Amino acid sequence: MKTLQLNSITNFKFQTMKTMKTMKTMKNISFYALLSIAMLGCSDDDTPEVVNEEELITTVILTLTPESGDQVVLTTVDLDGDGPDEPVTTVVGSFSENTQYQGAVRFLNETETPAEEITDEVVEEADEHQVFYTISEGLNIQTQYEDQDSQGNPLGVQITLSTGLASEGSLTVTLRHEPVKPNDGLDSAGGETDIATSFDVSIQ
Amino acid sequence: MRLLALLLLLFSSVHSFAQDCNNTLNGTLLDIHDGSVLTGATIVVAQTGVGFQTDLDGNFTINFLCNSTYQLQVSHPSCSTKIFTVVIQDDTQKTFKLEHHLESLNEIIVNGKKTNRATKSIYENLVDQQTITTFSSGSLGDALNSISGVSSLNTGNTVVKPMINGLHSSRVLIINNGVQMQDQEWGAEHAPSIDINAVGSLKVIKGAGALQYGGNAIGGVIIASAPKVPLLDSLYGKTILSGSSNGLGGVVSSSLTKSYQNGLHASIQGSLKRYGDFNAPNYNLSNTGVFERNISAKIGFNRIDYGVEAYYSLFKNEIGILRASHIGGAEDQVQAILSPTPSIIEDFTYNIDAPRQEVTHHLARIKGFKDIENIGRISLQYDYQQNNRLEFDIRRGSNSGRASVDLVLDTQTLTIDVATDISEKLTAKFGVVGSLQTNYANPETGVRRLIPDYDKYSFAGFASGDYTINQKWVLEAGFRFDYTHMNVFKFYRRSFWEDRGYDNQFSNLVVEEYGNQLLVNPKLDFYNPSFTIGAKFSFGLYKLFTNYSLSSRAPNASEQFSEGLHHSASRIELGDLQFGSEIAHKVSVTLQQKGERFDFTIMPYSNSIDNFILIEPTGIRQTIRGNFQVWEYRQTQAQMYGLDLDASLSLSDNMRFVHQFSLVKGYDKTSNEPLISMPAASTLNSLVYTNPNFKNLSISVQSNYVFRQNEFPNTNFEVTILDTKQTIDISTPPAGYHLLHLNITAAINPDMQVGLYANNLLNTSYRNYLNRLRYYADDVGRNITLQLKYNY
Repeated sequence: MKTLQLNSITNFKFQTMKTMKTMKTMKNISFYALLSIAMLGCSDDDTPEVVNEEELITTVILTLTPESGDQVVLTTVDLDGDGPDEPVTTVVGSFSENTQYQGAVRFLNETETPAEEITDEVVEEADEHQVFYTISEGLNIQTQYEDQDSQGNPLGVQITLSTGLASEGSLTVTLRHEPVKPNDGLDSAGGETDIATSFDVSIQ
Repeated sequence: MRLLALLLLLFSSVHSFAQDCNNTLNGTLLDIHDGSVLTGATIVVAQTGVGFQTDLDGNFTINFLCNSTYQLQVSHPSCSTKIFTVVIQDDTQKTFKLEHHLESLNEIIVNGKKTNRATKSIYENLVDQQTITTFSSGSLGDALNSISGVSSLNTGNTVVKPMINGLHSSRVLIINNGVQMQDQEWGAEHAPSIDINAVGSLKVIKGAGALQYGGNAIGGVIIASAPKVPLLDSLYGKTILSGSSNGLGGVVSSSLTKSYQNGLHASIQGSLKRYGDFNAPNYNLSNTGVFERNISAKIGFNRIDYGVEAYYSLFKNEIGILRASHIGGAEDQVQAILSPTPSIIEDFTYNIDAPRQEVTHHLARIKGFKDIENIGRISLQYDYQQNNRLEFDIRRGSNSGRASVDLVLDTQTLTIDVATDISEKLTAKFGVVGSLQTNYANPETGVRRLIPDYDKYSFAGFASGDYTINQKWVLEAGFRFDYTHMNVFKFYRRSFWEDRGYDNQFSNLVVEEYGNQLLVNPKLDFYNPSFTIGAKFSFGLYKLFTNYSLSSRAPNASEQFSEGLHHSASRIELGDLQFGSEIAHKVSVTLQQKGERFDFTIMPYSNSIDNFILIEPTGIRQTIRGNFQVWEYRQTQAQMYGLDLDASLSLSDNMRFVHQFSLVKGYDKTSNEPLISMPAASTLNSLVYTNPNFKNLSISVQSNYVFRQNEFPNTNFEVTILDTKQTIDISTPPAGYHLLHLNITAAINPDMQVGLYANNLLNTSYRNYLNRLRYYADDVGRNITLQLKYNY
């Protein structure tokens, strides 16, 4: 028979002046300790400093310029980053058949004034970045990289875009941070997606 | 010396003869550290000189005692002799405690005062020093995992967050040397900031019954304590050295204690842990290294009836997070899940790069106690903690190498309590607790704050007591009330503020407007009562514990204020400013049998939680970075129940079979869906061979089978990627798995112990449902650890 009984004998000493004194001291200590906690608690009411997301990319602008004819400008703006407002995509102009365009992409942080040019960072760290251009099936567009990182792998800030016959579809711009380089395209690149935005375009 | 003491007692004792001398004293002798029984101890009744011995269960019986006060001289082969005074009134039952097994020290102190159980009607699981030593190269979470019903939520293999009966984070209180850890425990990827090598004993209470520690322990309480220091002149210490094949690293841990018979004592302890990348069976887990440094020191003056003690510990941990787990949105998630191997596998390295965590935790505590006649023991404790958490993500340009999360949580707490024996049968404990907590989020990160700046004030009062009716019945009850006030400064994105409709409801909270952000100052009050009642019934070889606990928990800062992309989960998490407190009703029953050859403990329980806060997916958000799944916190009615089973059968003098089984089921009663991230049923079976006559050899073969979790909510989602609709399966749990472990320990000499631990001996590839990185990589493969422990 085994029981865990929890009371045990307490050998209390006779109460002496000493213990009474100790009690009083302890009361005092606790009073001051509580007081100090309360006082510490009332010390600061400073309002914190606002943080403007520095690496945020709010804007992507892909400008496509033909040797002659009208520019095509594809823009996505998402000012609240991962907030609930959806990105706003605009396509100005349309592609012409069988035409070559010089393409340049820009990444901006427009929550700052003046807007921060993130493209510069991407170019500076070309080894750790790559922009991918994905064309939906049926859309007669081909892209070609026109710039390279220090290892001779494509970067994709500068491209050439060639159109074929009239068609419609989507063009997706993806910026990957720290992808595997070289790679066979988006699927095998890995890394982290910093930008992924699609535009509905047409060749007329 | 003993004889002299005996003679003195004989002459000084007082007793009367004119009474009924037919009382029986049933006694149990326990080890003060881990509650294990002390067998073969001798008990001599000073008044009569008659001797008795404790049996295999540490029990003894003395018959024909009068209603009087007796002195018992208790001696044990490895303990110094101690005299206890016992008042006999009718048949009496007592537990006596000797301080034993201070490693190689044979001189032991004795303490006749109270057992150190935190509750009486909830069965408490213990992990003793010997078992803790085997986890020296792991973490606190790994050691706790050895208890039935305790599992863990992991991030890789180095961030191990304990889970009790399926609950974790703010629902599990962790008490480190009497101090409730305030280490930003709200995050699923935050492991407790405790050095396993500084822990002398671990106790788990699977419920909220231990009200002195808090009324919000909806999951339970974990109590880690430093080893006790004896009351004698001594200088001792130990050093543990271990090296592991997986991670190619190891641990050095040392402690040294100086103690004096007059009660003065000082200890210092430190440990260093370093691992490089760990390995899954088929590939390197890139960027999973660990670098942990800890130091703790204690100085105190302890007498039987008063004492003071100061304690300080510094915990510093740097943890690499699997490189392949750092991804963007849904597009990246699809690829990671479909790929059988991690997207990034590099060669082994000790370097820890981004993504990584760096946690520094300071804990300072001073406490004192004094026994005062007619009042009892008064204790006063002040503690201060600072937890600094840095999280480094992979960043661009000038920001690389700069932390994305930099949070400093300061907490100070003052506790005053009184423990009193109102009568021989009735004991009570009551006290008050006041605490102040400040969270500071450093704006220098250049990333919007994950957790806002806040000041939190809390005050609590508690009272609990137990009443021993007779040898069979002990009743227990307690009550606690917590008041919490939070003063929060939070920057909301204007779009979110308006999307939630807060602009209509809470426009008065807005302090300032900065472009697309609003500074808001919510002031929140929470009133949380908690209550416990229970009984322990002992009969024959059995004990039956029954307990009902009502606990309530105020929502934490993460549940209230999350608002944005959670990088390590690659999802957008949204909290709710308007949450009320969770209220849980837990009923637990434990039947324990301690037989000569067969022991078992069976613990069924039911936990019904009102306003249970859970996070679940609610949609897809399109951003310029692609699509992200949105997870929103929500309150619901949850019902959990389960069963923990422990059994041990001795097959021969040297051979023992040990069995463990844990099962937990959890449901959201509103949606009638299973709760997410519930541990799967698991069973642990071991065969243990011990031979005390040959080098204290112990060999154990352990088989661990974890079933597949078959009940889970469907949180899969669909996204259109490059014109094709894809389903992202993030909810289907991985297959069940079986792991085999082998542990061998032996003493080369009394001061030197060698251990060889082989984990996942068969190098099985598996993924664990409760590992947050299961989408990206397999869990770790075979790990062989060689450990040397030297006592001096």
